[in-house]
Amino acid sequence: MAQALTRLKESPSQTAGPYVHIGLTPNFGGIGGVYPTDLGSTMITDKTKGERIGLRIRVLDGTGTPLRDALIEIWQADANGFYNSPTDLRGDADPDFQGWGRQPTDMETGICTFQTIKPGRVPFGDGRLMAPHISLWIVARGINIGLNTRLYFSDEAKANAEDPILARIEHKVRVPTLIAERQGDNYIFDVHLQGEKETVFFDS
Amino acid sequence: MPVDAGSNRRPETGAFFQRDRSWHPPALTPDYKTSVLRSPQKALLAFDNTASEITGPVFGHAMLGELDADLIHNFAKSGESAIGERIIVYGRVLDERGVGVPGALLEFWQANAGGRYRHKKDGYLAPLDPNFGGCGRTITDADGGYAFRTVKPGPYPWPNGPNDWRPSHIHFSVFGHGFAQRLITQMYFEGDPLIWRCPIVGGIRDKAAVEALIAVLDMQSTAPMDALAYKFDIVLRGRRSTLFENRPEGN
Repeated sequence: MAQALTRLKESPSQTAGPYVHIGLTPNFGGIGGVYPTDLGSTMITDKTKGERIGLRIRVLDGTGTPLRDALIEIWQADANGFYNSPTDLRGDADPDFQGWGRQPTDMETGICTFQTIKPGRVPFGDGRLMAPHISLWIVARGINIGLNTRLYFSDEAKANAEDPILARIEHKVRVPTLIAERQGDNYIFDVHLQGEKETVFFDS
Repeated sequence: MPVDAGSNRRPETGAFFQRDRSWHPPALTPDYKTSVLRSPQKALLAFDNTASEITGPVFGHAMLGELDADLIHNFAKSGESAIGERIIVYGRVLDERGVGVPGALLEFWQANAGGRYRHKKDGYLAPLDPNFGGCGRTITDADGGYAFRTVKPGPYPWPNGPNDWRPSHIHFSVFGHGFAQRLITQMYFEGDPLIWRCPIVGGIRDKAAVEALIAVLDMQSTAPMDALAYKFDIVLRGRRSTLFENRPEGN
C-alpha cells in the first residue's frame, strides 16, 4: 500500500430542472421584490469600451425544437482581451465590464439574447493568440451536467483559422458548429444538442 | 479585485483538475426521459484549461440584501413568515484539495413545504404559500462557510414515469473562482426514502456519489425552539498548483 491521496470528489451535478428561473432569474420568472434585478442581466453601460454586439442564441433538442426552459451563462474577455478576474494577472481589464452574463431562453421563442461587446483575443497557454470567443455554459431540464462550449465569430475567419482550440477538432466539418453568423450588429448562434449538426461541447 | 479583501494570499492561477465524468451523471439517463433528446451524443472535446476557463467573475458581499439568505422571510409580508418545517442549512464550499473556497456565490431555489414551486409551469395540486417565494443566495466567508434559513421543501409528483416523485430537495447553483468550476446540483435530506427511487438521482451511478448530495441532520447546530439544522458541504474542482510551470521561452 502506498500513501493515500487526500482528495475530495467534486459534488456530482444534478439537472437545473424546469424551475431554474426561480433561483437564477427570479424577476424574469415572476418572483419580484426579492432581488432588485436578475444577476447578469445587464453586461454593458455607456462607459464600457468596445464594439456593441448582440447575441441571439437558441438551444435545439434532438428533434430540432428550441428549448424554452434553458438558461445560458456567458463569460468573455474585454475589448482588449483581458478577463475581469483576479486570476488574470496579465493586465487591468476594463473596470466597466465584468464580462459575465446570464439570460434565460424566451419562454415562447426559445431565443436567448445578450447585449455585450466583442471580446479581444486572449493568449493560449503557449502564447499563441486564440480567436475572439465567448465561453458558454448551458443548463436546463433534461441536462444532467452543464454543457460547456464556445461561440466564435463569422467575421473573424483569419483568427478562427489559427485558433488552437478550433484546430483540435478532428472532424473539420464540425468547426462551423462553434461559429456564430453575423447579421448586422447581431450574431446568430444555434446550439444543437444532438444530430448531424451537434455542437462541439467541451471537457476542459 | 482581490478574492478576499484583507488577505494577502496571491490569487491562484493554475488549471483545474480534470473532471471525473464517471462520478457525475452521464448526459443520457433514459429513466429520466427528458434527457433522451437533450443529451449530446458525440465525444466531448478535451483540452487543458486556457485563460478562458481558469478565470471567472467576482461577486462581492455588497450585492447581497439583508434577507437574501432567509427564505422564511424574504418573500413574506411584513410580520408574517413562510409555512413549514423551519430549518437552517449550512456547510462549507471546498475544492477537491479540501481547501475552503471563499467568495463563492451560492444561489438556491426550492418548492414550498407542500411541494409546490412558485412558477407558472408548476400546476401541482398543493397550494402556493403567499409568504414563500423559494429563492435565496449568499456568498461564502473566508473559510468557505455559508448558512441560510428556509422551510423544508415537500416532495412532489412529476410527469416522467406514471408515478414518479421527487424527494425533498433544494437546488444549488455554485460559482467558484473559475468559469470551469461552475456547478449546479441538488441537496437531499438524510433518511428520505424517495431519494433511492428518483430517476434523476438514479442517473448518478456510484452510491457514494449520491450520498455526497445528502445533507445530514445536525442537532448541535439547531436554533433551539426555532429551527432544525442540516449540514451540506459542496466540493468544487480543485486547482493544480503552479510550482513548476511550463513556460514557453519569451513568456
